[in-house]
Amino acid sequence: MRDVAIIGVGCTEFGELWDKSFRELFVEAGVSAIEDANVAGGKIDALYVGNMSGGRFIEQEHLGALIADYSGLASLHIPSTRVEAACASGGLALRQGIIAVASGYHDIVIAGGAEKMTDVGVETTTDALAAASDREWEGIMGATFPGLYAMIARLHMHKYGTTQEQLAAVAVKNHHNGTMNPKAQFQNEITIDTVINSVMVADPLRVFDCSPISDGASAVVIASADVARKYTDTPIYVKASAQASGTISLHDRPDITTIDATVAAANWAYKMAKLTPKDINFAEVHDCFTIAEICAIEDLGFVKKGEGGKAAESGLTAIGGKIPVNPSGGLKACGHPVGATGVKQAVEMVLQLRGEAGKRQIDGANIGLTHNVGGSGGTAVVHIFGRDK
Amino acid sequence: MSVGIVSYGAYIPRYRIRVEEIAKVWGANPNSIIDGLMVYEKSVPDLDEDTITIAVEAARHAINRAGIDPQEIGALYTGSESHPYAVKPSSTVVAEAIGATPNLTVADFEFACKAGTAAIQTCMGMVDSGMIKLGMAIGADVSQGAPGDALEYTAAAGGVAYVIGKKDLVANIESTYSFTTDTPDFWRREGMPYPEHGGRFTGEPGYFKHVSSAAQGLMKKMGTKPSDYDYAIFHQPNGKFPTRVAKMLGFSSEQIKPGLVVTRLGNTYSGSCMMGLAATLDIAKAGDRIFMTSFGSGAGSDSFSYTVTDRIEEIRNGAPSVEKLLADPIYINYATYARHKNKIKL
Amino acid sequence: MSVPRFWRRLKNIYNLIGTHCEKCGSFLYPPRNMCPKCRRNGMTIPFKFKGTGEVLTYTIVHTGAKDYTKLTPYILAIIKLDEGPQLTSQVICDHSQIRIGMKVKAAFRKLGEESEKGMIYYGTKFVPMEG
Ligand SMILES: [Zn+2]
Repeated sequence: MRDVAIIGVGCTEFGELWDKSFRELFVEAGVSAIEDANVAGGKIDALYVGNMSGGRFIEQEHLGALIADYSGLASLHIPSTRVEAACASGGLALRQGIIAVASGYHDIVIAGGAEKMTDVGVETTTDALAAASDREWEGIMGATFPGLYAMIARLHMHKYGTTQEQLAAVAVKNHHNGTMNPKAQFQNEITIDTVINSVMVADPLRVFDCSPISDGASAVVIASADVARKYTDTPIYVKASAQASGTISLHDRPDITTIDATVAAANWAYKMAKLTPKDINFAEVHDCFTIAEICAIEDLGFVKKGEGGKAAESGLTAIGGKIPVNPSGGLKACGHPVGATGVKQAVEMVLQLRGEAGKRQIDGANIGLTHNVGGSGGTAVVHIFGRDK
Repeated sequence: MSVGIVSYGAYIPRYRIRVEEIAKVWGANPNSIIDGLMVYEKSVPDLDEDTITIAVEAARHAINRAGIDPQEIGALYTGSESHPYAVKPSSTVVAEAIGATPNLTVADFEFACKAGTAAIQTCMGMVDSGMIKLGMAIGADVSQGAPGDALEYTAAAGGVAYVIGKKDLVANIESTYSFTTDTPDFWRREGMPYPEHGGRFTGEPGYFKHVSSAAQGLMKKMGTKPSDYDYAIFHQPNGKFPTRVAKMLGFSSEQIKPGLVVTRLGNTYSGSCMMGLAATLDIAKAGDRIFMTSFGSGAGSDSFSYTVTDRIEEIRNGAPSVEKLLADPIYINYATYARHKNKIKL
Repeated sequence: MSVPRFWRRLKNIYNLIGTHCEKCGSFLYPPRNMCPKCRRNGMTIPFKFKGTGEVLTYTIVHTGAKDYTKLTPYILAIIKLDEGPQLTSQVICDHSQIRIGMKVKAAFRKLGEESEKGMIYYGTKFVPMEG
């Protein structure tokens, strides 16, 4: 395996982007990544497109070809592959790109992710997202995504005494980080009261405990470490890429409050990078709901099981805290165009590690970790990035 | 005839609406309605209950009460005037849900409020002829009364299932007798949500003529008289009709008391007198004789004469009694009732 | 869900028929045609669960799934059956009554319907155990 680096990143703004189509969003992100890397289109060996549900959201499949075509790469016949793992589609596209380069099969590839979620009504969006759970044994019983995570939250509160206010503290922190991210869907401060007085979605999760429905795209240019320095002085190295599967249904997990695919992917990633959780300076984790961030920092080993609730409340995970989590604003405030999220996390890594994250820059960021989850935990993808190999 | 009831099971949804609550909406005097109908409250199905779910729960109680092997059921008939599908049987769902499929014959019956007793008779004939070992006859309804109509005060939800066979009987069916004419006192046309009825015409030419003719016909055929029976049950569209017809026929108010569940339940249509019979069996002792007459608009009545066996004690506690099903209700207001009965179109 | 897709699993959903692996003794619900422990060496047979269990966790869903808008709000729960497996279903009870550890038993209810014209789906939900 060869060492791999990210040499360019691009991201659209996230939000309700009424005047932009799926293909326009992807091309916008892809072009900014290519410009950032200063790579000519002809140098690109392959494209990986992370997308969850083009079929339901825009009634469009065959997205690999569509993106290659609208990126102007059809005449070059560059292979383009769509990758899907529900909300982890982006993380998986990134990993496919990394594997392609690490293996020596390709030298320079683009991995991107995009989702256009607002072209259909909220009922269709919710139903399409519910397809990430087990349609036959969860969906038909009335399970929604907020419902599944609410059951995790309920049990977490029951077992560990996690409070409504601790859940809310995650949203407050991520909104605060969002105010410093010009691409974020929400750039406004909120308070604990805003969250705990907001509309109930699935008890105990309220609307401010949930990530929004978003449009957006992000892309990175991945190159072998050998050629990376030809394009940039600050390549960001991929220290580990790990992916793990778990049961598709929440009810089949041995512990409902642990996403064991996250634990497995994290263990593999730490082993691959020869690092421990203590070595990680900051992380972008999958906070599709506030409880998801609490479980993630436990399952990734940043805090002990059951102590995730205290982290946001105590400032441990704030920018400036011991282990800043979701400096971009996370899924909660930056937005969650599902296919784009896993790639956007890598974009944030690169900006932070290059020292280009502006107001939300984390001091001394040398090693960062991304964590992207599909469904309620059927897929987990963990990457570790560093300024050095 | 050595055919009879092997087991029985009932089901009543937990929700109730009081007559006062309905009367308030329509500006009616609740006391005159209660006096006129002798009904105080009626059962209302949950948002996810219908005739099929009610029939399944009743059928499962019947299976569990006597430890019936569902694979021995050779015929299953569900009588109802509120089958969820106009075409597609309720009975296939019930048969599948109790594990009786695939070696049996099933069909749905409809004869206003007496489809369930017609199903009992059909099972009797099939069992007695040796065609089947056990038959299941169900009467279940989530009956509909148009908003503001007199029927709205009584149209209730519930179901009862009887297992008919020859062995291990809890009650012998000594005889049955039916009286049927074409009397259009009540109907619901295809695709229409609520039934139409002939007002007072449903009384004399409908209910009273058919119930009394069938009852008298059975007693004449058997050579019995009202005093030979410990208990009697007559179809209960309200509390007043069965009380009056019992008196006309010479039955006492004591005889009909255990089975007169309508006052707290409302009219469960196809389940009506079958529910009264279940409530009576819940308290009957070996040797007790029970007289029952159903009525279905359109119109017809089926009369039955039962003798309870000592097996009743063995199976009595194997499933919830009607009294238990009536206990601990959840009272709802008219708005919630309207939502439960799908009267609010989304 | 399409009619054939529901029909294929309807007996399982009506009667809580899952899988028992005679090799390792696992009880599985929902049904599987491969034992996750023994994989190809497993010996799976259909197994009917008693239908009793307890609430492992729950939520009250206020924004309902597509077929459940008429029922919203409703209680969604993970039930641990007495034989061991866990499943997702609804609990029918007063919303103030639901709690973790509550003993429940199976009940037959409507799951949903495609539309006023469409197929009605029935299946197993749970109600509190009496007493
Ligand atoms: Zn096994």
